Amino acid sequence: MNEFLTQYAFLIVPIVKIAILVFIVLTVDAYLTWIERKVIAHIQARWGPHRVGPHGLLQPLADGVKFIFKEDPMPAGVDKVAYFLAPFITLMLALTSLAVIPFGPQRFTVFGYQTGIGIADVNISLLVLFAITALSVYGVALAGWASNSKYSLLGGLRSSAQMISYELALTLSVVGVLLIAGDFSLREIVDHQGSAHGLLSWNIFPQIIGFLCFFIAAIAETNRVPFDLPEAESELVAGFHTEYASMKFAMFFIAEYTSMITVSCLATIMFFGGWLSPFPASWTFTHYLPSVLLIPFGLWVIFDGIRYENLFGRMVLPVVGAVLTLIGVGLVLFPPVNDAIQGIFWFLAKVFTFLFVYVWMRGTLPRFRYDQLMSFGWKFLLPVSIANVILTSAVILWRMH
Amino acid sequence: MVPTSYYLLLSAILFGLGIVAFVFKRNIITIFMSIELMLNAVNLAFVAFSQALHKPDGEVFVLFVIIVAAAEAAVGLGIIILTARNRRSLNVESVNLLKL
Amino acid sequence: MSAELVIFFVLAVIAVLGAVSLIIQRHPIHSALSLIVVMVALAGLYLLMGAEFVAAVQIIVYGGAIMVLFIFVIMLLNAGEEERTNFSKLALYAGIPMAVAVTGLIAAALVNSTRATSLPAAGAAGTLTSTRTLSNLLFTDFVYPFELTSFLILVAILGAIVLAQREN
Repeated sequence: MNEFLTQYAFLIVPIVKIAILVFIVLTVDAYLTWIERKVIAHIQARWGPHRVGPHGLLQPLADGVKFIFKEDPMPAGVDKVAYFLAPFITLMLALTSLAVIPFGPQRFTVFGYQTGIGIADVNISLLVLFAITALSVYGVALAGWASNSKYSLLGGLRSSAQMISYELALTLSVVGVLLIAGDFSLREIVDHQGSAHGLLSWNIFPQIIGFLCFFIAAIAETNRVPFDLPEAESELVAGFHTEYASMKFAMFFIAEYTSMITVSCLATIMFFGGWLSPFPASWTFTHYLPSVLLIPFGLWVIFDGIRYENLFGRMVLPVVGAVLTLIGVGLVLFPPVNDAIQGIFWFLAKVFTFLFVYVWMRGTLPRFRYDQLMSFGWKFLLPVSIANVILTSAVILWRMH
Repeated sequence: MVPTSYYLLLSAILFGLGIVAFVFKRNIITIFMSIELMLNAVNLAFVAFSQALHKPDGEVFVLFVIIVAAAEAAVGLGIIILTARNRRSLNVESVNLLKL
Repeated sequence: MSAELVIFFVLAVIAVLGAVSLIIQRHPIHSALSLIVVMVALAGLYLLMGAEFVAAVQIIVYGGAIMVLFIFVIMLLNAGEEERTNFSKLALYAGIPMAVAVTGLIAAALVNSTRATSLPAAGAAGTLTSTRTLSNLLFTDFVYPFELTSFLILVAILGAIVLAQREN
């Protein structure tokens, strides 16, 4: 048994990692919808989901069950191949793009197979991500066309034209980071940002224009507010996914949130130091920050749970709070575990900050009109990205002398 | 270890299939796509030779072929749109004004 | 039967099936989708040969831009299925053997070239062409074609805009 595992470790270890990652990402997707509804609700001075489970925490579960049991009609006159293929392509590409993202710095050996945290460690991980972004236009275009409906076709064409336009600005805004790091590999880009000076050595300071262009272009790529005209409910019914119901719509939905997560991971890796802590490496007392955050939070959940309004909440919330507190205490008591999770903790903290900014923008900003959107992409964002590339290369050349 | 001749055989087969599609199809856009298929087959041959000779020159040429194909696709599709608007059909036999 | 050979055969079969599907399909959108499958398979073959940058550029430019252009045009022109007409018997019975003959000729010429002179039968396994090497070449030995192609793209953009204008 051991021999079999050692011989085929190069297949089995990635498969196990893929299974774990897909499970984690789908759960985070589901709870991202919960966070989005809660945050937007609180921005709009109302409560979000509140009844399904304590604080609405079981709402994603209810949504999932609804998606499974809803009828899945197929309109007449659709092109069957393209109709079935479109959500499949979109979801497959969104999930595949997570394979090349490195989540932490550690390298470990399992059954004689050396690997890191992250499924695949390729030399050109950034180019692979752009290739996947380029291909995801097809999901939208085919979905719009195959639905045999005017609204879907228009929405699909508009949405794919928007994605192609902003793809150029997205790719060019990253070239500055590439010039600084000198390599396409995402792990190399993070390592290049170093940790001696903490926050000050991150790429955000030399590349602030690049970061702003990247983030705006990425929001347009993922079809989120303020660039979500093609799929807004009050505009073109629901745009390219009008004629999709239940499971196929759930696939589009999951693909959108997964690409949000991918873009947030990319932004943290390229501009915010990935898994590096913002404090200089010599301040080792900051290693206790996870515990300092977890223990009070766990105690607050216990305190809030004891006084919750219904019985189910009074039973579940204190348990959840106790588990969080115990994890926090355990991190203090076992330093090796604490050191191991430092990288992942900072990575996740930054990714969640970006996801919060995404949701915040959805609750606050109105959407662009389509012609404003296209002229912004071509006439402002693309020239600014090109200017960023020229400026960065000029500064690098000047520094070399 | 994949012998170079295998890659070249695949390239020739794809080129032949591109020729068959070019000759037998009647939709202008499909004919144009078969040209792209032939260009891809040639790209494969370029990269195969580049790997065999350990020189990256072949790959640089592949980049140029891709760029030229992009320019050609843009202009060609513009012409196709105009022709289709004029002739009201995408059949290549409808462009027959110069026929005797 | 090494892993490389297995991957090569899988990708080669996918590419050939995609090309055959391009010919067989009646609706141009399905032909376009088959062509995309061929291009992705070819990108996989480029990766197998160690040309990682070319593989990425193939997917980004060819698969992500040129084919999207094709699909937009097919959708905008509302291309329908090809009509079934009576195939000329001459075309069917003389054309396909002739196509096979032309393919055989090209294949024989290419495969023979690997046996002649100093061309090695197979490239070294596991060699990766770095992007740095390619970019060095592009800006030193090939700078003239590089500038020419950028000019060519500018001309193509202008041409496409002029062609697509409506007549006022």
